[in-house]
Amino acid sequence: MKMDRARSDPWQTEEEAESDAVSAVLAGREKHRKNLIPILQEIQHKLGYLSEAAMEAVAEHLSISHSEVYGVASFYNQFRFHPPGKHQIKVCLGTACHVAGGGIILENFERKLGVKAGETTADREFSVERVACVGCCALAPVAVVDEAVEAHIAPSRIEGIFLGFQRQKEQQEKEVREGELSS
Amino acid sequence: MNFHPEKLPQERLAALAEDAKRRLAAKRRADLPRIIIGMATCGLAAGASETRAAFEQALAEQNLEALIIPVGCLGHCYAEPLVVIENPGFPPIAYHSVTPGKAKALVKSFLAEGDPLFEYVLAALEENDLLPSIADFPRFYLEQRVVMEKCGSIDPADLKEYLSRGGYAGLVRVLGLPPGEIVGVLSESGLRGRGGAGFPTGAKWELARKVEGSKKTVICNADEGDPGAYMDRTLLESNPHQLLEGLAICAYSVGAADAVVYVRAEYPLAVKTISRAIAQAEQANLLGKGILGANFDLEVKVFQGSGAFVCGEETALIESLEGKRGMPRFRPPYPVEHGLWGRPTVINNVKTLSTVPAIIEKGAQWFRTIGTPNSPGTAIFSVVGNVTRPGLVEIPMGTTLRTLIFEICGGIPRQKQFKAVQIGGPSGGCLPESLLDTPVDFDSLTRAGAMMGSGGLVVMDEESCMVNVARYFLDFTQNESCGKCTFCRIGTRHLLNILDRITKGEGREGDLELLETLGRDIKEGALCGLGKTAPNPILTSLKYFRSEYEAHIREKRCPSMMCRALTAYYIDPDKCARGCEACVGCCPVDAIFTAKGRKKAIDQGLCVKCGECVVSCPPEYDAVKRVSPAHLAPVVERPK
Repeated sequence: MKMDRARSDPWQTEEEAESDAVSAVLAGREKHRKNLIPILQEIQHKLGYLSEAAMEAVAEHLSISHSEVYGVASFYNQFRFHPPGKHQIKVCLGTACHVAGGGIILENFERKLGVKAGETTADREFSVERVACVGCCALAPVAVVDEAVEAHIAPSRIEGIFLGFQRQKEQQEKEVREGELSS
Repeated sequence: MNFHPEKLPQERLAALAEDAKRRLAAKRRADLPRIIIGMATCGLAAGASETRAAFEQALAEQNLEALIIPVGCLGHCYAEPLVVIENPGFPPIAYHSVTPGKAKALVKSFLAEGDPLFEYVLAALEENDLLPSIADFPRFYLEQRVVMEKCGSIDPADLKEYLSRGGYAGLVRVLGLPPGEIVGVLSESGLRGRGGAGFPTGAKWELARKVEGSKKTVICNADEGDPGAYMDRTLLESNPHQLLEGLAICAYSVGAADAVVYVRAEYPLAVKTISRAIAQAEQANLLGKGILGANFDLEVKVFQGSGAFVCGEETALIESLEGKRGMPRFRPPYPVEHGLWGRPTVINNVKTLSTVPAIIEKGAQWFRTIGTPNSPGTAIFSVVGNVTRPGLVEIPMGTTLRTLIFEICGGIPRQKQFKAVQIGGPSGGCLPESLLDTPVDFDSLTRAGAMMGSGGLVVMDEESCMVNVARYFLDFTQNESCGKCTFCRIGTRHLLNILDRITKGEGREGDLELLETLGRDIKEGALCGLGKTAPNPILTSLKYFRSEYEAHIREKRCPSMMCRALTAYYIDPDKCARGCEACVGCCPVDAIFTAKGRKKAIDQGLCVKCGECVVSCPPEYDAVKRVSPAHLAPVVERPK
């Protein structure tokens, strides 16, 4: 996750690191209501999600109530309230993708990972989201896995995607083991 | 850049353009071949970055020199990644679906050996003796590009390109005119807002110009939320300066010094492109203080919309800019009187503003020669769904749907039958084959029950279920309903519940009448455009495809076999090949087992009806069958 990489002090807890990041965002912003959405966007960009503590800090900074901040954040589709997985899967359910069977693709991801759209797996490896059009309608159905756009995706391709991740993980573990051996 | 202070704006722009041409020429040697790659979002999704890397690598391997120029989108999504190669001695040639492998082959054969590899060619961009040119293809010659003229041929990251092609000339022209005269030209041109509703742009500007108030604001609405439309994004990514020029002309005409471009945060590349363009324009004194030496200041900011469909509605957009939940306000007062922070505010769509520079430059009369008397100009559609050549198409208003779908976009693939076309996204309607001769303009489409909307156009073949599609749109609008007014909040929920029941085979007699009255009431009672148009997909599909609804309710049958609760798959034992395991391996839920005589069968209790087995069954067997209603599928017991 983003936070792990940003953490320089190994003794700092995840909460402390998040709170530092939020303070850094708030320090650069004028205390005006018009900045609410840009602030929330920047925090989400840094933390990957909006934690309860972060929203409270924003409310205090702008002198508005917590519920007001949560009300705005929950209104817009962009904001999420749970930490995302290491690998993010976004399944497009725009019109063209729907007609081409995007719903079946989403279902396959959900079944494979055992979570519903909008959730993260217990090991925080994967999160699945439905998005309302990534704008590649000519390539429907489409899913965005991390940064890569999977065009004309079929249920059997999903197996392949996870196999790829598994291979990648095994490879990394192997390298770590070899590194330990050689040292 | 230092210019003499008393120079006129015309002279300053001429100097800028001259400078831009000189620098471009210095940067790009004329004797080198040019490889022009479409690198907007759709191109990148299709793999344009890999293609570019392959070109670079192949050039290095072959020890050749060539210029690689990234451009925006040409609108031919079916052919992405699209590459145009200008090799001296040849006409410029467009290549379609250029994979890294093709890129390497092109460098080796075309650039090194002079063989243009005919099998990869889409068309030449100019008439010539060697190859068919784009003038021979309806996808090109039936289009008329006014707004998208430069899209896909200039580098959007480089202001110099736009300047060297006569950019910002419209702005310079208006700087010498009284604002009333410019608004007059707009009114005369008959330009109507391209955001969907089609309000005359000149009239809107006139209201804003006359209203009292020193701090006026101009907003460009690029909050394109319609699932299936992406022309605003393409314009932002492919020619951002054209939009900024239109924005500046608008601000000058109404007397505004502040402007905001409201872009969806889901369009990261568009946000990046437009922000960079603003910085470049400010540096060149085309925006900012004392623009080109004239007494006109304009500060442009970018605001990232956080993804709410309702924010495409102008008052909701303003609420969102003020840091609130994007809920529409009551109108009147209209934003031109009381908008952002209570100031007079003009809100125009990306396409509207991008059309303005051309009108100013070529005149209102010229604009009126395109399109129909009541809807002059061109319309941009994103044609997607079951068509052969999907993508962005710019056509003169008044072109018929038939021409658009069958001639320009190549009709329905895989020998399927046309069934319906959905126009205008969640606010629009589904039109059947009998209405294909409807001309595309604001009034004709509204009369047919659809609307211009955002310009999303989804073509559906015989395998698309109209009930299911109506349910899809309702699901979307219900989800995006902001909750302010009861008709929309509760009404769309009920509509969705009824459609849900019908698609699951639990429809009742009287449901259709209920849908109709409820739909009409929501149209009457809802506060904003979202609610007023939300029932359109249902009402039009009920009008034109009523028998499909009836089949769902009375026979529990989905004629297109798309509603999964009403469909079942089975394997025909007479056709299934002994010992073939193709379907077994691809089934995601292990529902396929071996039955008597080593033939396969489907466990109906486990099957999720994804259709993978149909795809995997070799066509010479063609053993997997679909039926509706579901109980028609023969049941085969799984051996214990």
